[in-house]
Amino acid sequence: MTLYLPIAELSVNWLIIVGLGGLVGFLSGMFGVGGGFLTTPLLIFYGIPPAVAVASSATQITGASVSGALAYWRRGGVDLKMGGVLVAGGFIGAGIGSVVFRWLQQLGQIDVTINLVYVVLLGTVGGLMLREAVGALRRTARGARPARLHQHNPVIAALPWKMRFYRSGLYISPLAPLLLGAVVGMLTVIMGVGGGFILVPAMIYLLGMSANSVVGTSLFQIVFVTAATTILHSVEAQTVDIVLAGLLLVGGVIGAQLGVRAAQKVSPVRLRLGLALLVLGVAVRLAIGLTLTPDELFTVFGPA
Amino acid sequence: MTGRLSLALPGLMLAVAAPLHAAAPVRLITDISQNRIDIVYTFKGAELLVFGAIQYPRGAVPDERPGLAIVVRGPAEPITLRKKARVAGIWINTDSVRFETAPGFYAVATSAPIKTLVDERNASIWEIGVDYLQLSPTTGDAGEIGTFTHGLVDLRRRSGLWSEQEGRIGITQNILYQARIAIPSAVPVGAYTAEIYLIRHGRVIARAATPITIDKSGFERWVYVAAQDHGLVYGVAAVALALLAGWLAGLIVRRT
Repeated sequence: MTLYLPIAELSVNWLIIVGLGGLVGFLSGMFGVGGGFLTTPLLIFYGIPPAVAVASSATQITGASVSGALAYWRRGGVDLKMGGVLVAGGFIGAGIGSVVFRWLQQLGQIDVTINLVYVVLLGTVGGLMLREAVGALRRTARGARPARLHQHNPVIAALPWKMRFYRSGLYISPLAPLLLGAVVGMLTVIMGVGGGFILVPAMIYLLGMSANSVVGTSLFQIVFVTAATTILHSVEAQTVDIVLAGLLLVGGVIGAQLGVRAAQKVSPVRLRLGLALLVLGVAVRLAIGLTLTPDELFTVFGPA
Repeated sequence: MTGRLSLALPGLMLAVAAPLHAAAPVRLITDISQNRIDIVYTFKGAELLVFGAIQYPRGAVPDERPGLAIVVRGPAEPITLRKKARVAGIWINTDSVRFETAPGFYAVATSAPIKTLVDERNASIWEIGVDYLQLSPTTGDAGEIGTFTHGLVDLRRRSGLWSEQEGRIGITQNILYQARIAIPSAVPVGAYTAEIYLIRHGRVIARAATPITIDKSGFERWVYVAAQDHGLVYGVAAVALALLAGWLAGLIVRRT
């Protein structure tokens, strides 16, 4: 059952890794998120070096997102123009992110930073999702109409060089999605997440994109940016473990299908509530981990 | 043996006995179960058997049990050890000490407790015992270095990378010896040595060494070398593999 990982340089129980991929795949199939925010912390918790966990998780997300992106593409659910701007932003962000990543590694603060950013991001996104989901549940209980998702943000509306994004039903400046793409690209490189959990809400609430092209366009961006991230980590730090990513993919692919089937039996509002609770749960767990006295006070950096 | 012999001899003979002793010293003959440990995909650690014989001059085997220490060590590398401290309620890495020569792997097996087997001077010279490793700390004050050294030893001991097995050398008829050294799966690759020390009255009187190579082999080596030497190609291949897997999965789902 044990398998030696050539880049992580330790042997793991491959059933556990495949199971972990399956669990994350199930959740991602159920909730429509990449699941990187679960994979990376779980891998680190299992003992994989953080740098390897982040890089290999990005590789796994490429594979996990591509079939979804293709499916949306066929249905016309990808806004190519918007996706192109997001990907361009993502590449810029990935470049900045890799510089920040090396710098934090040299300072020896990479794991703490990864955890802190996770807590802040997941806490915020989870909190917002929970509020939205509870509000929606209340409204349906009262029998009221669901609230309009489209909103116009005054700051974004004020940005220059506006252009039309037909599929998204938008007339906005490309600077907003470029910046959004860059932020997500940075997160992909530093934390090994696809960033769907930020991208999707930001596209809906900040950019005001029409809902039918949000998920497809988000997946389109994720495929390209995670692919670039894998190559970046391979060239700069040799931290992509192809065996680890492969194991995660095998589990993820199976899990995702089961997740999609499970999702069809639950109402969307309840799904969103479930995802909100899951995201908040991970945030709380990581926050506790940061404040509790650690088991190991000392950490070795440099050659093992 | 030598002591008793010299006592029995007249003073004149002593001068002759000394070079004679130097010409026919106690020799250690040693071998190892594997000179090469291949890390393949099934690797989950290994066990080295270090064995051999003590060759006494003129075959005169002493009555007392010989003192032996067997050290297996991996390549020494510079590392930085960081210590976490609570800052504003959160545990973050704060102080650090750099050790220039921390062995990635160190295991010692002895025939008796280290404290009684070897004196401090010899233990320091030959690095017999985890406490006598020359780690060459380069930063930090004396107190800091003490704390950090203790921390490093503790960390490495629990991961199985540094170990002491006192009194775990099997000795047969005061001539043959053997010890088993456990190599954990998280062991670093590189050039290792197995060193055998014969110790009498706290002093090392003979030693022998054998090289061991621990390296990745087969598929594991191929992947590792590809990642190290051809980062770009490796990265593109990883992406291609991921895309292929995802696309295949999508295809299968559409069929069913």
